[in-house]
Amino acid sequence: MATRPPAQSRPSSRLILLGVLVVLIFGSIFGGTKLSDASWSPNLALDLEGGTQLILTPQTDDGSQITDSDVQQAIEIIRQRVNSSGVSEAEITSQGGTNIVVALPGEPDEDTLNLVRQSAQLRFRAFLYQAPPGPIDPQALDQALAEQEEATQEANPTDGTEGTDGSADTESAAPEEGAAPADEPATEDDAPSTESGAAPTTAQIDEAARKAADLDGDGEISDTPTTEPTSPSDQAWITEQDWYDFYTLNCTDPENLIGGGGDDPAKPLVTCATDGSSKYIVGPMEIPGTDIASASSGMAYSQAGAPTGEYAVNLKFNAEGTATFKEITERLRQPEMVSSQRNRFAIVLDSLVVSAPSVNDVIPNGEAQITGGFTREAAATMARQLSFGALPIHFEVQSEAQISATLGSEQLQTGLIAGLIGLGLVVLYSLLQYRGLALVTVTSLTVAAGLVFGTIALLSWLMGYRLSLPGVAGLIIAIGITADSFIIYFERIRDEVREGRELSAAVDQGWLRARRTVIASDMVNLLAAAVLYFLAVGSVRGFAFTLGLTTVIDLVVVFLFTHPIMRVLIRTKFFGGGHRFSGLDPVHLGSSVTAYRGAGRVLSRGEREQALSIAERKRAARQQEEAMAGAVAGSDSDSDTKDGQ
Amino acid sequence: MMASFAQLGNDLYTGKRSFDIVGRRKTWMVAAAGLVLLSIILLVTVKLNPGIEFRGGSEFTVSGVATTEQQPAYDAVDSVAEGQQPRVSQVGGDSIRVQTEELTDAQTTDLKEALAEAYGVDVNSVTSSFVGPAWGADVTTKAIQGLVIFLVLVTLVMALYFRHWKMAVAALIALLHDLVVTVGLYAGVGFEVTPASVIGFLTILGYSLYDTVVVFDKVRENTEGVLEQTRYTYAESANLAVNQTMVRSLNTSVVGLLPVASILFVGSFLLGASTLRDIALALFIGLIFSTLSSIFIATPIEVALRQRDPAIAEHTATVLAKRAAAENAAGEDDDAPVTVGSYAGGLRAGAHRGQAAQPVRRKSRR
Repeated sequence: MATRPPAQSRPSSRLILLGVLVVLIFGSIFGGTKLSDASWSPNLALDLEGGTQLILTPQTDDGSQITDSDVQQAIEIIRQRVNSSGVSEAEITSQGGTNIVVALPGEPDEDTLNLVRQSAQLRFRAFLYQAPPGPIDPQALDQALAEQEEATQEANPTDGTEGTDGSADTESAAPEEGAAPADEPATEDDAPSTESGAAPTTAQIDEAARKAADLDGDGEISDTPTTEPTSPSDQAWITEQDWYDFYTLNCTDPENLIGGGGDDPAKPLVTCATDGSSKYIVGPMEIPGTDIASASSGMAYSQAGAPTGEYAVNLKFNAEGTATFKEITERLRQPEMVSSQRNRFAIVLDSLVVSAPSVNDVIPNGEAQITGGFTREAAATMARQLSFGALPIHFEVQSEAQISATLGSEQLQTGLIAGLIGLGLVVLYSLLQYRGLALVTVTSLTVAAGLVFGTIALLSWLMGYRLSLPGVAGLIIAIGITADSFIIYFERIRDEVREGRELSAAVDQGWLRARRTVIASDMVNLLAAAVLYFLAVGSVRGFAFTLGLTTVIDLVVVFLFTHPIMRVLIRTKFFGGGHRFSGLDPVHLGSSVTAYRGAGRVLSRGEREQALSIAERKRAARQQEEAMAGAVAGSDSDSDTKDGQ
Repeated sequence: MMASFAQLGNDLYTGKRSFDIVGRRKTWMVAAAGLVLLSIILLVTVKLNPGIEFRGGSEFTVSGVATTEQQPAYDAVDSVAEGQQPRVSQVGGDSIRVQTEELTDAQTTDLKEALAEAYGVDVNSVTSSFVGPAWGADVTTKAIQGLVIFLVLVTLVMALYFRHWKMAVAALIALLHDLVVTVGLYAGVGFEVTPASVIGFLTILGYSLYDTVVVFDKVRENTEGVLEQTRYTYAESANLAVNQTMVRSLNTSVVGLLPVASILFVGSFLLGASTLRDIALALFIGLIFSTLSSIFIATPIEVALRQRDPAIAEHTATVLAKRAAAENAAGEDDDAPVTVGSYAGGLRAGAHRGQAAQPVRRKSRR
């Protein structure tokens, strides 16, 4: 006989879990509509709903020419701001080669509009402090405080990433996104990276940061330096308020990567790297970006003039910049700067740190070369950022107007009609193929659709998710992928019956095998979604989100609905008995394989009595005998065990 | 008919009926190579036709319009440059913005006049300018970057899951085939490439792997202990797996295709050129070829690769030698030539010799 799979949790407990999930999702939306601005229908993207269109013209203060690459760079900066601020599905284009058109979906608030309108500036600032991107970890605070003492007083040896050449006009630097943060000596802010156990709450972080930042221990967070700073690289610039901001700053949160400028050039700045890989405290501005004469990227050359095979960014300052840069490099080459690893400066674009190279030599002629593990593109990007920074650019708003959806409303309507027709066809097909089991398919799909709708409505409230037409199409496609999970399951049940299992065992055993396949194949989709979501931008990102969402919901529905429902249904007479229209009748399940006739209960009801197993026939005969003999000694259970042997 | 479909599934499962898919892999390889070649030729000759979002184009603004309906703009563009997919939207209270692909100077003048006429305004109220690509190069770069990382990761994951890198390689080859053929045929049809169609291609990427993983999971299951027995070769076990998942593959692709096809046809007939049509076409082609490739390309390639393993090659030789010996021993009168194909579906009802000596089961039941 078939071996039973190990006991599984009762179907009802899983169904209850699903119910809790549904109540949670829809309950939060309901709560949201009452208490906040949530709505029952998901937000729509630019192509379906329209939005606000801003036409910006980048202009220079000194009347110099704006090139195409400046416009491209400006577009990239605006895109970084918009994407990081959580506005999804914005559209940013150039127009006529000089204008930038930004279309934001829905009705963006004033903050978002300001974000787009702000000018972007490049500044060279002194480097003061760097740490991994997370906020302070309260648990490690005590240890951290002790180490902070050391870090500020004791000199540490430099890391080994610097170049060794000594030419007077060459500077070699390690961009901080490389090995530098890992090589940092243990300072108090390594603590967040060694987080263990539960994540600390905001209040805990706040308290810890307050404690750590309060250097003089007076319980107040002051915003003036305790001592007069002697040079721009002096850590005395950092006020208690700056430390506090720094400790609480979380650069893994995209909200802190928006940039947007507005930083005060005379004061230190607490900010993140553009890619969120670490956080910085940088000193006051030393050179404005406008002092850059030119920037280019190319192969790096050694002193002897031979290419080193590395890519480098070449930077040239104007007269004023050259003088200042000479002073800076002289200062940064002083032994105590080098030994404390503060021989670095930070390039800050749009108030985010693009790079913080370290200085190897005094550079008197204003021609610097930045190297350190660049790829060709990375070098080109940085050169473009630097040339962009050379322009004192600001954006002039030409017009601001509401725009309607770029796709007619009939597109959405037709799409939905098409989707419904498709869904109807799917139902018809599964009825033909799986008969009664189509009921399971259809209800599962309905549950999945409900969950998707609820989740999207919830997310468009919480995260600003917006549904675009490709998103709608993606959801319609998801019908197929979701239904496939059921198909795999049903086919596996059939397979198990063909192997000779009785129906209810086949449902369990088939599940064990189907589960593996469903998880493996869904993981592929989930992986695709996750990678694209974290790396891509714009509408690809929106698509990745939809794909990931539907895949997760597919898993939830199969685990918490389809399988439990199958186990419930198999107990009913209609399904468990293999009714002709149940989809579980012998023809459908292949019990015509004569070798497996012995698995009695597989057969349809009519055949059942004639095709009992040997033990069952004996038992039936015995029972009949007993019944005829009346109340004779020997219980049913006794005779059962004897028969079974 | 459905009963016979279910019966087919049963027969395929037991191997009573079997399609020799792995055995005839050369045929499929040639067909696939031909398709890929055709797609590449289409890509080179017909070329993809990138839309406004990628190339930029011309933008017209009609101010002071009497009606803000969008249809007149579509009609106007159609009259000047046929087959285009303009983007029309209302800007502010009384302006219409029309974006088209880049037009020649003559076309620009014509369209200005047509738009002025359609909206009942003076030609001077229609301004035109060049508009840059909304889907910038950085979007594409990041998408490609993401793709490459995804492919590397998914290869690793599959190699770990199936505990054999050759399965991952076979799945990747099938994936590349699907992608090239889908993009090639899309180019051949001549539809514009829009962000929507790119998203369609990306969906196919995921679906192709998904479908292959389902089939490979069965192959893995069937070939788990294949070296410990001498009845079937690795290729035959794999072929049985493909046959056993065939009904699933058919059902899944039909279920997946039904909504896509309904969008494609409804979208084409009711809307003409539209985002929906683009994505539906990309998906329609892609879904069909993903299913086909998981059956006809992925497993055959995987078997071809695996048969180079010394252990598998040796095992195959042993099985075939034993079988030949059994054939000879069974008697010379059985002159039907025994080919691998006839065993490819596992046991053939009534043909296997192992139980030939056992008593025949009575047909009628008690």
